[in-house]
Amino acid sequence: MVNSTLNIDFMSGRRIALMLSAVLILFSLGSLATRGLNFGLDFTGGDLLELSYAGEADLADIRAALTEDGFDSPVVQNFGTVSDVLVRLPPRAETEGTSTRDRVISVLQARDSSVELRRFEFVGPQVGEELTEQGGLAMLIALILIFIYVMIRFRWKFAAGTIAALVHDVIIVVGFFSILGFGFDLTILAAILATIGYSLNDTIVVFDRIRENFRVIRRGTAEEIINVSINQMLGRTLITSATTLMVLICLFLLGGETVAGFALALIVGVVVGTYSSIYIASAAALALQVSPEDLIPPKREEIDDMP
Amino acid sequence: MNRYPLWVNLLVALVILGGVLFALPNIFGADPALQITREDGALVAEFTVPEIIAALDEQEIEYFEAGLDDQAVVVRFPDVAMQLRASQVLGEALPFHIVALTRAPRTPAWLRFLGLEPMSLGLDLRGGVHFLYQVDLEYALDQLMQTYARDLRTRLREEGIRNTGISVLAGNTIQFGVQDLARMDDAEAVIRVLDPLLVVNRTTIEDQPGFQVQLTPTQITERQNFAIQQNTITLRNRVNELGVAEPVVQRQGLNRIVVQLPGVQDPAQAERILGATATLEFRLVDWENDAFAAMQNNRPPLGSLLRYRRDGTPELLRRDMIVSGDQLTDASFGYSQGLPAVYVRLNSQGAGRMLETTQANLGRPMAVLFIEEKPELIERDGEQILRNTREETVISVATIQGVFSSNFQITGLTPFEGQDLSLMLRAGALATPILKVEERTIGPSLGQDNIEKGRAAVLTGFLLVVLFMAGYYRVFGLTADLALFANLILIVALLSMLQASLTLPGIAGIVLTVGMAVDANVLIFERIREELRNGNSPQASIRSGYEKAFSTIADANITTLIAASVLWVFGTGPIRGFATTLGLGIVTSMFTAIVGTRAVINLIYGSRQVKQLSIGGSRA
Repeated sequence: MVNSTLNIDFMSGRRIALMLSAVLILFSLGSLATRGLNFGLDFTGGDLLELSYAGEADLADIRAALTEDGFDSPVVQNFGTVSDVLVRLPPRAETEGTSTRDRVISVLQARDSSVELRRFEFVGPQVGEELTEQGGLAMLIALILIFIYVMIRFRWKFAAGTIAALVHDVIIVVGFFSILGFGFDLTILAAILATIGYSLNDTIVVFDRIRENFRVIRRGTAEEIINVSINQMLGRTLITSATTLMVLICLFLLGGETVAGFALALIVGVVVGTYSSIYIASAAALALQVSPEDLIPPKREEIDDMP
Repeated sequence: MNRYPLWVNLLVALVILGGVLFALPNIFGADPALQITREDGALVAEFTVPEIIAALDEQEIEYFEAGLDDQAVVVRFPDVAMQLRASQVLGEALPFHIVALTRAPRTPAWLRFLGLEPMSLGLDLRGGVHFLYQVDLEYALDQLMQTYARDLRTRLREEGIRNTGISVLAGNTIQFGVQDLARMDDAEAVIRVLDPLLVVNRTTIEDQPGFQVQLTPTQITERQNFAIQQNTITLRNRVNELGVAEPVVQRQGLNRIVVQLPGVQDPAQAERILGATATLEFRLVDWENDAFAAMQNNRPPLGSLLRYRRDGTPELLRRDMIVSGDQLTDASFGYSQGLPAVYVRLNSQGAGRMLETTQANLGRPMAVLFIEEKPELIERDGEQILRNTREETVISVATIQGVFSSNFQITGLTPFEGQDLSLMLRAGALATPILKVEERTIGPSLGQDNIEKGRAAVLTGFLLVVLFMAGYYRVFGLTADLALFANLILIVALLSMLQASLTLPGIAGIVLTVGMAVDANVLIFERIREELRNGNSPQASIRSGYEKAFSTIADANITTLIAASVLWVFGTGPIRGFATTLGLGIVTSMFTAIVGTRAVINLIYGSRQVKQLSIGGSRA
């Protein structure tokens, strides 16, 4: 599958890669600025009902019934199958969620008695605000902690490269959800944080090898050494990405509609993360004129000698 | 030669065996069951079991087993339909008992004897209701200030200190002016006697000397904590009345209470009982004036309130409250001299006021006012504000028959009214209104679906990775597969041990772990291949492959662990479930993928001359 004698000149292609990344990031930011994100219930507040009908559900009729009963702009769509329906109602100022569930059910039951409530979620506006705040904070803290850890292990130039790659990944995954208009809820946020972990994992493995090679191969430019290191780790990078993608695709296809968005975010994240750990992280470190002194910590760590 | 010392091999074997033992209870599944406990928390009597069996036999309901557990009778059923029917039958047959729907694990006796239990399933897997309530702390503080104001008014009157009237301002401040400058010190002394901790400032109110009285920050915190604790206890009691096995009622953050009711089929009913944010008050009835006359001109006399009974009968109540629901510690139904009675117990503060009142008002009527708070969000200045509308109903009027303080009875009711009143008094003692700010209800069929889908995703993903690794790395791949399997067992074992509940995002975390756990082995095996290509001997390659890959694996896993920890700290509910399994999976995979595979590789190749390693790829 992957030949060890590979010697692809990754670093000379970095300009093209950087351009590609720049385009992707521009598109993402552009979409975020104009279209924004299709925020889920967790962040906006409101009501959500998952309903199941005996036969095919008549979405237009459900919409009409709800509008007639005074529900403002209900979003009604199929969920997975034609007989499953997702109803989303925006948060309303003067009522609370208490009666919404029962009211919707009684309105719809009057039209079709086979309707069954599978899931109901109500999030108050104040909770939504908090969750948005907490999510942003979590993201920031994760990035800071990771920066500190990589600083300790690798010095700042590589830490900067790592963070550049992570920010790159986050923007593109979020941009993906913005461009396609997929719902963005708490689980997607969790997936993005997991992506950060994964992408980092990849980056560190490459950096580790670059550090080792700086130590072993004393001659050669930084660019050459980085190239050799990426080539040496390419097999591992691809295989791990392959096994991870395998399970994620299983989760996407078999895990049901509830986790599909989550799995999709991770799939995009793993693909982008793999690419960024090859190009973005190393290119950023190179752009900061990384040298052997930037990598080799003052003393060797003892854990290197453990089994 | 590559050999582990005996203790390492023993450690690996021991960890795996322990994992298998702890994970074992999970393979037996569970029966739909009913759990029967007594309402008053006492042990269920021996003779209840035959009563249950008789009731079930009479209705021809099939059941597997009915037995007295630690504190409850557990009856198992072959299917959910039988369980639901039985719950109705037993609910009617057993008064004073709580019949709760549950799932009883089919764990064999010897495992149960060892204290081993299967992991618990989250609400999204077993179905149920999750409510998040917010306690109105502002209201709680305001209520406290009103109490102080009332007491202060009385004391100042008793001392003959004339004042401009006591008002409670926003920001938990009481303010009043003193008309006689010479009595300022006396007035301050009155405040000090009332509560020496209060912050007292002299000030000028409308050109009059006066006082501003405030709570200390500690008093504010204490009052807030008290309001939350009391609400938590009240919610817990209401949950018990609902009859739910393994409910969760706990504080979350500063002002929230989370309530989780696994297996609840009817969220509307649960909400009616939990969400009725009610308080109650004992007040003297205004016996001097005619309530009907007040109703006709809709103008209660000064010092009285016009309130109605449920049937619309008007009652005039004295404006000064005797005690409020937060001073009630217990209420129960029983019989006194053959007549139905509700026994009420008050705390010492309430008892003091009750004693004063009853001494002065023997033979006069006293009313119980039931207040339902309906929280509403209204818009003001573009911001959403939480406000309460009050609906007040007189639920009982009784004559004060004697002087009493902390313990008394309310009589003159039918048995039905009495039971109802005691229930409402107990459940209605909520001192502070609460508002539902989040709900997540999962129907039982969706829960079952989620379990099946989650299982399918884990198994298929696992199988694909196993096949891939075996095909790509041959014998070494197979050892990685063994490690992966052991890893799954260890995750399940840890979840069972910690009794952390497994959720759908948790399953997603396991799936992700399966994909990522082989990474350590990929790193090691690629390194071994490289060493072989560099012309090293098989044994040396194995050794240096494991050694050189270690720091990389550690670095990579620690960073993922950082991400998982952040998720765990900041996330609630579903996010935390994902973070838990991801974090546990990383830790266990470090052990199985590094130490575990090495032990197996050592057993296969370690103690003999090897010319070739079955690791796929290059021909070394």
